[in-house]
Formats: sequence, structure tokens, C-alpha cells
Amino acid sequence: MRLLEYQAKELFKEFEIRVPPSKASKSLEEGRKHAKELGFPFVIKFQAPVGGRGKAGGIQKCENEDEFDLKYPQVLGMTIKGEKARAILLEKMADIKKELYLSLFLNRSKRCYTVIASAEGGVEIESVKNQIIKEVGLGDVDEQTARQIATEMKLQGKTSDDFVEILQKLSKLTIEKEAELAEINPLAMLQDDSLMALDGKVITDDNANFRHEELQKYQERTEIEERAEKSGFSLVELDGDIAVVGNGAGLVMSTLDMLSDNGGKPACFLDVGGGATTESVYEALTLISQMKRVKGILVNLYGGIVKTTTVASAFIKAYDDGLIDLPVFARLKGSESDKAKEMLADSKTKMFDSVEEAINSAVMEVKH
Amino acid sequence: MTDIFELLRGNQNDSDFKKKGVIVQGITGTFGSLHTKNMLDYGTNIVAGVTPKKGGQEFEGIPIYNTVKEAVDATGAKISIVFVPAKFFKGAAMDALEAGIKLLVAIPEHVPIRDTMEVLDLATKKGAVVIGPNTPGIMIPELIKIGIMPPTPFKAGNIAVISKSGTLLYEISDALTSADFGQCITIGIGGDPINGTRLIDAFDMIKDIPDLEGLVIVGEIGGDSEEILAQKIMDSGFKKPAVAYIAGRAAPKEKRMGHAGAIVMGTYGSAESKVSMFNKANIPVAKRPKEVPVLLAGKMGKSD
Repeated sequence: MRLLEYQAKELFKEFEIRVPPSKASKSLEEGRKHAKELGFPFVIKFQAPVGGRGKAGGIQKCENEDEFDLKYPQVLGMTIKGEKARAILLEKMADIKKELYLSLFLNRSKRCYTVIASAEGGVEIESVKNQIIKEVGLGDVDEQTARQIATEMKLQGKTSDDFVEILQKLSKLTIEKEAELAEINPLAMLQDDSLMALDGKVITDDNANFRHEELQKYQERTEIEERAEKSGFSLVELDGDIAVVGNGAGLVMSTLDMLSDNGGKPACFLDVGGGATTESVYEALTLISQMKRVKGILVNLYGGIVKTTTVASAFIKAYDDGLIDLPVFARLKGSESDKAKEMLADSKTKMFDSVEEAINSAVMEVKH
Repeated sequence: MTDIFELLRGNQNDSDFKKKGVIVQGITGTFGSLHTKNMLDYGTNIVAGVTPKKGGQEFEGIPIYNTVKEAVDATGAKISIVFVPAKFFKGAAMDALEAGIKLLVAIPEHVPIRDTMEVLDLATKKGAVVIGPNTPGIMIPELIKIGIMPPTPFKAGNIAVISKSGTLLYEISDALTSADFGQCITIGIGGDPINGTRLIDAFDMIKDIPDLEGLVIVGEIGGDSEEILAQKIMDSGFKKPAVAYIAGRAAPKEKRMGHAGAIVMGTYGSAESKVSMFNKANIPVAKRPKEVPVLLAGKMGKSD
């Protein structure tokens, strides 16, 4: 789960990492109340899981009520990199001397957690200079290691002490909340040389959600996503018009690639998983029928454990129930595929021997 | 480096050469029992099952034990395949490693990363190999299958296939088989962010196979294990024909595409990065699964 800035900062507060006074809201009315409590001036910050908000105008300084009434609705109505605002954070400004960078992340190839720190932060991680990188096993950073990193960053006095403390707290947060990434960028050095987290990014392990009841309040899902998860599907909604359905993440990704190569626009990625049943495929079709943009369905199944007749039965039921009236382009390979083809012979499903043929036909027909 | 063939087949001097015993953890579950039958049909020598509180019972004539230790004591098996639900994986895997299992095939999907890391920590200490989690398994076609793959796509031969994805492993092996490229081993490393056996580890397992005629690498977006493998192949002077396939070129950034590990963060994990590293290593990358045998045949023609 990727937490929004204000949610990450709530965790920072819980772990006693210093952040500026701030309040998150979802409406102008609520925002006005917060503005009074915080007092002007402050910044209005667009909240969505994207980077580069500042450049896109999603962070606005606000000096008084008139400005607030103008800017709050404006920022709330923005779309940045395809993402709408999930909330607005009002935050007091800090008097900054310097911007640092600090993160703890799961290093997949080394199979351990890694600290990245730099005395030159405030830009995207790819552009952060003079990075100090330290592998820390399962994520535990002791005082000695933290002190060593501070020294390598040439931090001194109060700044160094604050850094050692913050890094250890961030390590505690990473372990306890099972984060894949916990990033503070910028980590600001204020005029008195103390440190404060001005922005935060935390990504937690979705597979560990079952033991983090306390994080559930941050879960934001559409109804379709929720139903997909319940059925054990992986679903990613996209903005094209051909729904892509298959079994296995790799196979569905591969189908998506080939469809795009041929000029088709995928409407979704839907992996029904290894344990597909007639009921679960029917549910998948139900979800697709609710996506208004879909004009055709491309099915690519490699039947092994899952029999292709199981899938064919779901389609027949969906036609009988009037659930779908869309053209379906299907490649069913593997167990009982001859029988499945027979079952679907008189339906709106077009069967193909290869996925390439199914894709070509889908792209041709959906365009008309 | 562990000799994976020795673990799977044993030595020629062993009385059970080519019939090494395998323990199934979670043998009585829906998934575990189904695949136990399928593995038996394939010829895998399953010697024991483990299900807590069901010790003393049998499944398809295979004795069931309460713990892996009891199963190991009774059978001497060094291989285990785990079918328990994700939240019980850590306990089951620790139990197996403590009991002396040397090859652990971890089928469950959705295992928390921290659990995997703790299991791998113990595996390293015990000198054991973990394949997965979230893997379809490992097989020597026409000899032994420890996993959930359907048998039809595979046939015996001299090509090694290593893959992050299950269904793409089947799809691409099917294409290879149709083109008469049989396989000497196929290893699914799993679609999780943290893999017990990484692509480079799988490469180490297969690179010195004497009769190896070619290598097929099936990767996908997320992480940088393909890049690291490409670099390793360049550095190691591996001369056998190698071909790759990468899924996820059309996937949006910052979205998890089905597999927990299949996510592009910024430029980290992008298909472009992987394709360009393979190109640098002189490993052609297929655009479609069906193109894999075509490229492989091309490579073999050149290296003759």
C-alpha cells in the first residue's frame, strides 16, 4: 500500500519523527476550519500517490482567507499525472537552511534493507548527489551505524544527533509497519540546525496487511477493486477499450504488450489466478461489464490445472444471463480446449488458435 | 554452489538414483492433495506428507506425519514442497529447514516479505536452497516434477529455462517443445520481490551442465535481477546461446501487475532497462513468446 504524504506523516508522528504542524481535509468547508486552527500563512498540498507535485502546481503558498478560497478548490480539482486529489494537506512552512535526503528501502537484488542518505536532498532520488548507501539486513539500524552514516554525511552537532535519532526511528517504523520503502525527502535542516521531515513516502507490504489492522484506514479502493480482491483476482484498470483477461500475471502482461504492439488499447489487466472456477470467471465478466469504456474482451488462457471448459461454461452463463453483450476474442489453449471451442461455437465468442490472431481480430473489430 | 541436479536426482551410486524422496507439506489441503496426485502421475517419488494433527493417516498410500522432523527421520528425504496458506508459510518453512531439508520449493503466493527474508536467513545458515515463494516449482522434464506445472508443455532435451512467471514458463516451454527444443531443467523463481533463488542463482545452477545447448530467460518488469544476470553472463564468459523474453513493456508505472514484484518505480524495474542490458550482453529479446524458439534457432545457427 502506498501511503499519501499526510498518512506517512501520521506514522512519522506516531514514531516521534518531527514534522511541521499540518491538517488533512477533503472539502473546502473542512479546510476552512483547519485554516483557522493553523493560522496563515501555510502551504496547500495536493495529496495523491504521485511525485513531482510541486512542479505541476500542486503545492501553493497561501497568505490569507481570500487566497485560500481561491486556491483550495483549485488544488483540490487538479489532476497530476492522471491522479486526482485524494485529500488536501494544509501545512505550516518551516524556515529551512538546507535540504537532506534519507530513506530505508528493500533492496531486492541484495535481499536486504538499505539506507540511502545524502546531505544534498530535495530532488528526486535519481538526481540525489553524494549518496551514502549502507546495507542493514532485516532493517534494524543501531546507533553506531546511524552515527557512522551521519559522520560520512559530514553532519555536526545538533544536526548529527537529530539525524541519528531520526534514522533509528525510521528503522523502527520500517520494521514494525513492514514497509518496503520509508523515505523522508526533503529532510530539512532548520535555522537552529535541528532536523524535520518535510515530505514523506511510505510503501507497506500488501501481503502483510492481514497483521496490520491499524493500516486498513489508509486503504483506498474502488468497489471494483474490492470485489476483484475478494475473488482472488489481480486487476489493474487502464484507460483503453479492450479488456484483457487471462490466467497468470506473466501471461496477462505479455498479452497486454502484444495488444499494445498491434495498436490496441487495453481497458484493464485482469489475472483470474491459478484457481479459476466457473463462478470466479463469471465474477470477472461481471466486473468487466461494469467498466463503461470496454468495447471488447480479449481472453488468453493457458489451461493447465484450470480446464478451458470451466472458463467456457462461465461465458455461456454470462451470455444466457444477458450479463455481457460484447464481442469476445478468445484463445483457449490446453486441457479440454476442443470441447470448449464446441461449447462456444454458437455464441458471440470468437475462438482463435493463437493469441496473435485473437489480438488482430480484436483490434480490427473494436475500431469499427 | 549447490549442485541442483545432485539434489534432484542424486548420485549414480545412490540406490535411489533418479528417485530422490520428496515430502509434501500441506498434503491434505485442496491444492496440496491435487498436486500430490499430479506429481505422482509424473513419476515424482513422494515419500511422505506433513499435516499437523493428521500424523498416522495416509494419502494415496503415502504416510502423513505431524512434523517435517518426523517425516525426515522416517524417510531421510532432503526435498520438501510447501503448499500451506501464505500466513503459515514461515512456520512450515522453518520447521523444514530445522529438520534438515536441503531443497525447499515454496509454492504459496502472498507471503509477507519479512517472513521470506527470515526464512532465507535460516536457509543460508543451514546451507539449504529455497525456490520461491510464489513459484510454479522446478522440474527435469520426463524425470521429476516438484511443482504445480501441467506436464504437457514440457519434454526432455538440452535447453534450460529460468522464469519469474509460471504461465509464461508453460507458454514458452510449449513453444520450445513445438520447435523441438526439449528442456533439461526448468526453474520458476517466482514473482515475489524477494526470491530464495534469484535469476543469477538459477543461472549458477545451470551454467555448467555439460550437454546444455541453450538458455532461455523469462523475465518481467520490477527489480533489477535481469540486469544483474545480463551483467553476470557478460562477465562469466558464458558462451552458450541465450535468449530472453520480458513481459510488461506496456504496463503503467507504479502499478503492481499481478505479481507482488512486478512494479516499475521511476526507472527502477522498467522493461526498457532490462531489454537494453540484454542487448548489451548480446542476448536477443523476443517480442512475443512464440518468437523465443525462432531467436534461439538463430543463435544456435550462428554459434555452430
